[in-house]
Amino acid sequence: MLDGLAVVGRKTLLGVAALGRSGVFLLQSLWGWPQSWKALRLWVDQVYSIGVLSLIIILVSGLFIGMVLALQGYTILVDFGAEQALGQMVALSLTRELAPVVAALLFAGRAGSALTAEIGLMKATEQLSSMEMIGVDPLKRIVAPRLLAGFFALPLLSLVFAMVGISGGWMVGVDWLGVDGGAFWSNMQAAVDFRGDILNGVIKSLVFAFVVTWIAVFQGYDLVPTSEGISRATTKTVVYSSLVVLGLDFILTALMFSNI
Amino acid sequence: MRNQRWVEVAVGGFMLLGVLALVFMAFKVSGLAWESDRDSFKVDAYFGDIGGLKTRSKVTLAGVTVGRVASIELDEEWFEARVVLELNTSLEGKLSSDTAAAIQTAGLLGDNYISLTPGIEGSTLGEGDTLKDTQSALILEQLINQFISNSSGD
Repeated sequence: MLDGLAVVGRKTLLGVAALGRSGVFLLQSLWGWPQSWKALRLWVDQVYSIGVLSLIIILVSGLFIGMVLALQGYTILVDFGAEQALGQMVALSLTRELAPVVAALLFAGRAGSALTAEIGLMKATEQLSSMEMIGVDPLKRIVAPRLLAGFFALPLLSLVFAMVGISGGWMVGVDWLGVDGGAFWSNMQAAVDFRGDILNGVIKSLVFAFVVTWIAVFQGYDLVPTSEGISRATTKTVVYSSLVVLGLDFILTALMFSNI
Repeated sequence: MRNQRWVEVAVGGFMLLGVLALVFMAFKVSGLAWESDRDSFKVDAYFGDIGGLKTRSKVTLAGVTVGRVASIELDEEWFEARVVLELNTSLEGKLSSDTAAAIQTAGLLGDNYISLTPGIEGSTLGEGDTLKDTQSALILEQLINQFISNSSGD
């Protein structure tokens, strides 16, 4: 009984300590960055490997999610004779929910796990400590460009996701199922508000980008430097970021859209 | 090591794609248009009941959209809804001052909008004027209630 309590207490302390370490880690790596133009080049490299290389999975899944939304929505709406409202249904569900959330989940799986594994392997092969030895701060050289590239890439990816998804919905709805194209766009434009829907979606994905990248990079930096540690940390990155994204999504939705 | 030039081109293309997506979302999806205050003039209207009217609802004249509802607030002196309408500048000085405003519903279940009917007086409406002839929203439940109580009274 007392032992169980001690375990709970120790776990809690460890969790709180990790949270504190990750906060200090974030501040230390972002404080005073970039110091030169050369640092910006590192950032561009990371935007390439985090953002550009994730583009394929985002484009393909966005297209298919938009198409499925249109197909499902059509079969329901046509019962009420309201298939003209297909455009607003596809656009609202994509801009408010699906684009930020699904893009963040895919990003955690595609880019977050890669970040954790990369930094973890650097730590395991003692590249980080040798960097410190020659007077280069790994937090500035390795961590900061990756964090900032992640913060930048995910909002762009989720905008692209929404655009491709709406185009996919248009293809299925208008070209295949025969919804009137004019009604599709004009109902969408009447229902979607730029500030209320699209900017709130972008704010959501900014928050997700911050959280997912932070978790991924910190898990890589903080892991036990063995092969098992790397595999565990990679799993933790994907699990933690997915849970945090879904939980935060509920809170953000409640804050943004509940008062309409 | 990746070719540095290719990385730069790809990242630049990625940023352009992001901007393109934002522009697409803004103009094609949300129908954002460049609206400045100079393109419209404001007119007040007081209603006893606005039903489901919202800000940014349409204002139509002969079925053509000529403006939007800019704001709705409660007038705390008379307990009426004070609705501010933004109308196209091209109508300023053309609508007669006894123009009537009625809250109507698009279809049976559609959104509420305001429909204007021109009057016959010589003086015209300008910025800040008030529409005097207004007709509140028809609320279906009230109509049904009236109908039932009338028919049971016979």
